[in-house]
Amino acid sequence: MSTTPARTVRTGRIQAASAQRTGSRPKRHYGMHIFLLVMAVMWLIPLGWSLYTALRPVASTNEHGYFSFAGDFNFDNFVQAWTQGGFATYFWNSVIITVPAVLLTLFLASLMAFAVSRVSWKFNVTLLIMFTAGNLLPPQVLAAPLFEMAKHFEVPYSFSDSGNMLNTYIIVIAVNTAFQMGFCTFVLSNYMKALSADLTEAALVDGAGIWRQYREIIMPLCRPAFAALGTLQVIFIYNDYFWPLIFIQSGNRLPITTAINNLQGEFLSNYNLLAAGAVITVIPTLVIYLLLQRQFVAGLTLGSSKG
Amino acid sequence: MLLLLKGENMASPFDASATAFPSRRSILKTAGVGAASLAGIPFLAACTGGSAPSATGTDSGGLTFGSGSSDDVPKRAYQAVTDAFTAKTGRKVTTNTVPHNDFQNKINSYLQGSPDDTFTWFAGYRMQYYAEKGLLAPIDDVWETIGANYSDALKKASTGPDGKLYFVPNYNYPWGFFYRKSLWAEKGYEVPETFDALKTLAAKMQGDGIIPIGFADKDGWPAMGTFDYINMRLNGYQFHVDLSAHKESWDQQKVSAVFDTWSALLPFQDPGALGQTWQDAAKSLEAKKTGMYLLGSFVTQQFTDAAVLADIDFFAFPEIAMEGRDAVEAPIDGLLLSKKGGENKAARDFMAYLGTPEAQDAYAAVDASNIATAKGTDTSKFSPLNKKCAETIADAKYISQFFDRDALPAMANNVMIPALQSFIKDGKMDVKNLEAQAKTLYAAQ
Amino acid sequence: MSSTAQELIPPEAQEPGGGRIGRTRGGRVRRLTGRDKVVLSLMVGIPTLIELALVWLPTLMSIGLSFTRWNGLDLADIRPAGTENYQYITQDYPPFWPAVQHNLMWLLFLALIATPLGLLLAVLLDQNIRGSKIYQSIFFAPVMLSLALIGIIWQLFYQRDNGLLNFILGTAGTPQAVDWFGDSSVNIWAAMIAATWRHAGYVMLLYLAGLKGVDPSLREAASIDGANAYQTFFRVVFPAMRPINIVIVVITIIESLRAFDVVYVINRGTNGLEMLSALVIQNLVGEGQVIGVGSALAVVLLVISLVPIVFYLSRTFGKENRA
Repeated sequence: MSTTPARTVRTGRIQAASAQRTGSRPKRHYGMHIFLLVMAVMWLIPLGWSLYTALRPVASTNEHGYFSFAGDFNFDNFVQAWTQGGFATYFWNSVIITVPAVLLTLFLASLMAFAVSRVSWKFNVTLLIMFTAGNLLPPQVLAAPLFEMAKHFEVPYSFSDSGNMLNTYIIVIAVNTAFQMGFCTFVLSNYMKALSADLTEAALVDGAGIWRQYREIIMPLCRPAFAALGTLQVIFIYNDYFWPLIFIQSGNRLPITTAINNLQGEFLSNYNLLAAGAVITVIPTLVIYLLLQRQFVAGLTLGSSKG
Repeated sequence: MLLLLKGENMASPFDASATAFPSRRSILKTAGVGAASLAGIPFLAACTGGSAPSATGTDSGGLTFGSGSSDDVPKRAYQAVTDAFTAKTGRKVTTNTVPHNDFQNKINSYLQGSPDDTFTWFAGYRMQYYAEKGLLAPIDDVWETIGANYSDALKKASTGPDGKLYFVPNYNYPWGFFYRKSLWAEKGYEVPETFDALKTLAAKMQGDGIIPIGFADKDGWPAMGTFDYINMRLNGYQFHVDLSAHKESWDQQKVSAVFDTWSALLPFQDPGALGQTWQDAAKSLEAKKTGMYLLGSFVTQQFTDAAVLADIDFFAFPEIAMEGRDAVEAPIDGLLLSKKGGENKAARDFMAYLGTPEAQDAYAAVDASNIATAKGTDTSKFSPLNKKCAETIADAKYISQFFDRDALPAMANNVMIPALQSFIKDGKMDVKNLEAQAKTLYAAQ
Repeated sequence: MSSTAQELIPPEAQEPGGGRIGRTRGGRVRRLTGRDKVVLSLMVGIPTLIELALVWLPTLMSIGLSFTRWNGLDLADIRPAGTENYQYITQDYPPFWPAVQHNLMWLLFLALIATPLGLLLAVLLDQNIRGSKIYQSIFFAPVMLSLALIGIIWQLFYQRDNGLLNFILGTAGTPQAVDWFGDSSVNIWAAMIAATWRHAGYVMLLYLAGLKGVDPSLREAASIDGANAYQTFFRVVFPAMRPINIVIVVITIIESLRAFDVVYVINRGTNGLEMLSALVIQNLVGEGQVIGVGSALAVVLLVISLVPIVFYLSRTFGKENRA
């Protein structure tokens, strides 16, 4: 749906017209604003309340209650939560898992997408269906066999202190990759299909092999798709709670998303610390959101098949 | 309205369309990082190598210690023990503390995955089960040095199904009704000797606007304490043991009687039980919102205020039908050696150390809520409450562990927890269903 | 959306340059050299192997294990059990039917409340009113958060004695105070509201994209025909967004089946929050590990989720298959 100039003009005219219609009915307009305002405030409450609680020392809330404005406000809870909760370790674990998983996912998905979209052969659609369906399965369905497979995949103790693949980052990375690959393949193959066939035709005339077509022609054109999908995958894998829960047994190897549940046990009955922990965990996602909002949103809508 | 006219051209963050790729150029400008980084396949190798967990202390003369004692007091107490061990032997102990409930819940995958060399666990079937599955290392050699420190009963409690020793007891603690003496003195409450007296007392407390019996079962296991006591008071200790082992069936009158008796107590137990943890309930007892609380003596860990602690007393679960109050629920906590840790000499040394009065004194110096198990531990600093706890255990004719330590883990976790939670909710219990589930689960092992 | 992508492809691209492997066509020379074939088979083979080994093989193994009795420890201990596990979960396992019911409630709540709310927000915000972008950012922010974190954040809001909600209701500290996550008669609703917080933003975003994709001349035509705003929307615009609608139906169903993280963080999916996915995990990796029962539950979950998966795939790939 490429936007031609003519189309834009027409669209603009119609939108302006409809805006005028709306504008001529101020009552409805106000109602809408009030509704949106109320909803927006409600939407902000949970996060706002967490932040508010986190900013108050536990002494203040014990004295004045949580629902009050009295007492001190400072960042002590954040400092304490950070040191006591071991956030630095958890964040680093998240990085160790997320970065390789996203890169691997995109790389493998691009190979597969290239093969099914730019080369026609018998099982194209079958494979694509298999990949897409795999991504839609509830992860719990695969959990037990994957756990057993990891357990029975024996490796030297020098490689993993469990003597198998349990409690390693690798198994989490591998399973995340396998699970997300389906989605990325689906999106990328659609994207690649939309690229003109002339591009590779020309290369063929020059005698370029499959790898060169992939590497030098298709890949550079897919950069926008990679940017969008990459951002999306960073968020998905960073937010993944389940796989580390299954595979990682040592608390100090958990990524932040899975570890925050442990904080509930650790900061027991100290809601101020728990709130600070929650806010700390929100921050990286919000930073990514603010910086790469466009890519993230593009990725989501591009392949809105994701559950 | 000018803004609207430009609508389609503006690269709004939300104008992404599902049909064509949105604002392609703007993205192209800002990123491409993903594609660029893909170029380096060698990175894949680098990241797999880098993410391999480093081998733990086995070769460096130290050991790793997994602890489910995550609450502040017991955590510091174990810290004191490991520090003392390191000071004495020069061997380093790396402690991995996991929140109590998570530690228990994940024990299966923990032991199959990468357990620490030695870790905190419980006596009873809940230990034997994992010994039988070959996930633990026997420690008969350790017991040769520490055996003299323990009574025969404790030695028996540390023995696996194959007759080998697996467990080193650290402490135990009696379960009873804890209460604040000042509140009871003020209101003129008397310790109930019989179940009827307990009900009368509870009714009186309710009249005084107090929740009579503190109760918390969000975590699922605490309610088993009430079940065990009523069961033992009604049917005796041996029935508790046989029922836990499923040598007695669940769909018999004796079991229904337990729940019938309990339902007389339900209206007096904290109605908010299912949403709170025992730590929350301890706070309510401290605040005198509840009149008494049936829990293990570890409840006192929560009373950081010395004045409150001195105000705490407890009484044994009242008599109902038989055996008087001979049976006491007093679970034993201690250490196990994982199969992998079995190869680590330092881990065995650490376990042997925990079996000495010296180590248990170091623990008790921080956590006075529990009673050390080794002979010769220092009792001179015992508070009146400690003395009473120790005497209660010493005088008991029968000592039970706890339902979840005496029964099959799947029965305790998958059947009893939801069943007791729904019983707390509506006071109904389908014992036929309990039996049906028990049959399937015990057969599956 | 793939159907649209399909239409975009120039005719010659429908039979892409590669041609069938090893086949010569239309007088052209063989296009794929031996090296190309090796490259291509690696490109297809490696991802396919990973997908098969780590997704489809485990799925099949789950089905197989559901007909066995096993404590999960020694492979030699696996015993055949026929359909006993299925009989057990449907007849003897009390949390099973509540879990099915809760999954269904979750689905209905998302479908009847969260999704329409997202649609409504999208329609309102699509009118480019003042501050539209800010509103969009606010409604969309929760989509960035993990469901686990959402469980914790809402716990702070719902907590009985210190949570904001009970303060607002004026019941905090009184015996009337409701423990929103602890009381089994309300906690499923509380959890669904927390899930809505995220789901509605997601739906809003997708519909915003969908609304932008609707050909404006359709609206124009409708308004010329004298249709009012509601008629235009429900009779013209909404049907025109069919591809997005399919995606949203699937997302809503899948989300309701996956509702795991939230309930697991709240209370491991017990006491009123039983969910199929949480029951699977309790039986598979909890202390009471019963692989056979857990796998049977997993298969039930699988069978139910195959319905939307097949629906989606047939809509998406149906055209290509015929082509």
